[in-house]
Amino acid sequence: MLDIQSLGKSYGDVKGGVEGQRLTVLDNISFSVPKNQFVCLLGASGCGKTTLLRIVAGLVDPDDGELLLEGKPIRGPGQDRSMVFQNYGLLPWRTVMANVEFGLELRGVSKAERRKICQDYINRVGLKGFEEHYPHQISGGMQQRVALARAFSKEPKILLMDEPFAAVDMQTREQLQDELLAIWNTMQITVLFVTHGVDEAIYLGDRVIVMGSRPGRINADIMTDLPRPRSNSDIKSSKRFDDLRHEIRDALHHGGATGGRS
Amino acid sequence: MSMSPATPRPVRRQISVLASLQTYPVAIRTASVLVTFVGWEWYGRHVDPIFLSYPTAILRAIPDMLARGELQDALSTSVWELVVGLALAIAFGVLTGLLMGRYRLLDYILDIQINALYSTPNVALIPLLILWFGLGFSAKIAIIFLAGFFPIIINTYAGVRNVGRGLVDVARVENAGETQIFTKIVIPASLPFIMTGIRLAMGRAIVGMVVAEMFTATDGLGGAVITYGNAFATDKLFVVIILLALLGISLTEFVKILERRLAPWKETERAE
Repeated sequence: MLDIQSLGKSYGDVKGGVEGQRLTVLDNISFSVPKNQFVCLLGASGCGKTTLLRIVAGLVDPDDGELLLEGKPIRGPGQDRSMVFQNYGLLPWRTVMANVEFGLELRGVSKAERRKICQDYINRVGLKGFEEHYPHQISGGMQQRVALARAFSKEPKILLMDEPFAAVDMQTREQLQDELLAIWNTMQITVLFVTHGVDEAIYLGDRVIVMGSRPGRINADIMTDLPRPRSNSDIKSSKRFDDLRHEIRDALHHGGATGGRS
Repeated sequence: MSMSPATPRPVRRQISVLASLQTYPVAIRTASVLVTFVGWEWYGRHVDPIFLSYPTAILRAIPDMLARGELQDALSTSVWELVVGLALAIAFGVLTGLLMGRYRLLDYILDIQINALYSTPNVALIPLLILWFGLGFSAKIAIIFLAGFFPIIINTYAGVRNVGRGLVDVARVENAGETQIFTKIVIPASLPFIMTGIRLAMGRAIVGMVVAEMFTATDGLGGAVITYGNAFATDKLFVVIILLALLGISLTEFVKILERRLAPWKETERAE
């Protein structure tokens, strides 16, 4: 499980600049995520949700607080975490197969073995037959499937997703959401999913953490209690979904209205 | 909107003839080149052959030059100089550009000198290079190297600087070390820029080569230009000039093909 304790991060010039000019991006963030939970981090842009994700990924060092993954402190990136980026993060000079293999290749997994593992995930995201295509030859939705396959192929403990479906059209997005859930169901894996879409957060998450801006903080922490497996058409018309939607909207706005500037 | 001449619309007929001509670019280009040659031939025959030769005379000069081996010798000398000079320029230019792009410190140490030398006309440095390297092969290599080195550095550097942070992050989350980031991300991502640098360097290196062959011990194609020019052998002079043009075109096209092969994704990005 993931344990985040009083995490703080601010940007700005410490030595030369005036102290007041430092921008506090994250202020005293604490929460913990049990194993295999699907957590959505929801917030308006600028609330620090991406920074939080990048800290968990090990790409950014926090100023304060502690992060523990299964009891061990997180120091820099690691093989136990995978990340899916908003702009897909594919390497344009590599084929679909070579992109999926990238993580295992860096880890030093033998070619035959990584090919076997990666072929499996390519099949699972529905890209069989596109192994030798280059990213520029396939659609945005397919590119994001490649990124998914790459993230899963490392078989990480935690999957970190940074607004992964923000750049595709709605129909593709719902399709990708369902595919993600289907694979997640079979994997037993913890997910931290950053989004600014209220419906997306409720639909995907076991739990929605609503964040407020300036400084980034947690406004609400809500368990969705929606049954699984879910399907886009059924759930979104349910009473519970509607209630959650109102509750979360309130949390988002409440944060905006009383949002104290420190 | 192409309209065939047979369309029974007399009012728009005139426009449509011009418009329909545009749909035959190959035919029009061929015709244009033919007209140029015929005009050149006609005018050339009316001028003193010392001042201007004409296409058929130039063609007639070729067998003689080939039989004496003049053309082959000049070409192979020049190509060899070009290959050695460019290879050195590519090797050192790419390496320097990669390191400068990736390491701020090296950038701060070198960028003023490199930009200053890039902006200096190469020709001005030739007397100095002759003092250092003499008049032989090494002087020519030095001149060609200098001509090609800087555009390669500057483009490689730009390529490294252009590698998106997102791509580097893709490797960083995989716990990649600096060497892996360099070989798996930075170099392939800057490859299109490197190739552009090489293409630009090639043009400059050919100029450097000709100038070097004129100013140092005259040999190669540049030397042939001087020799034939001094002998008023204008027809042979033109053969060399045309050969130089062909050399430049074919090398540039070769690098363009290589660019497309090595970085097909850039091609699509350009097209979109």
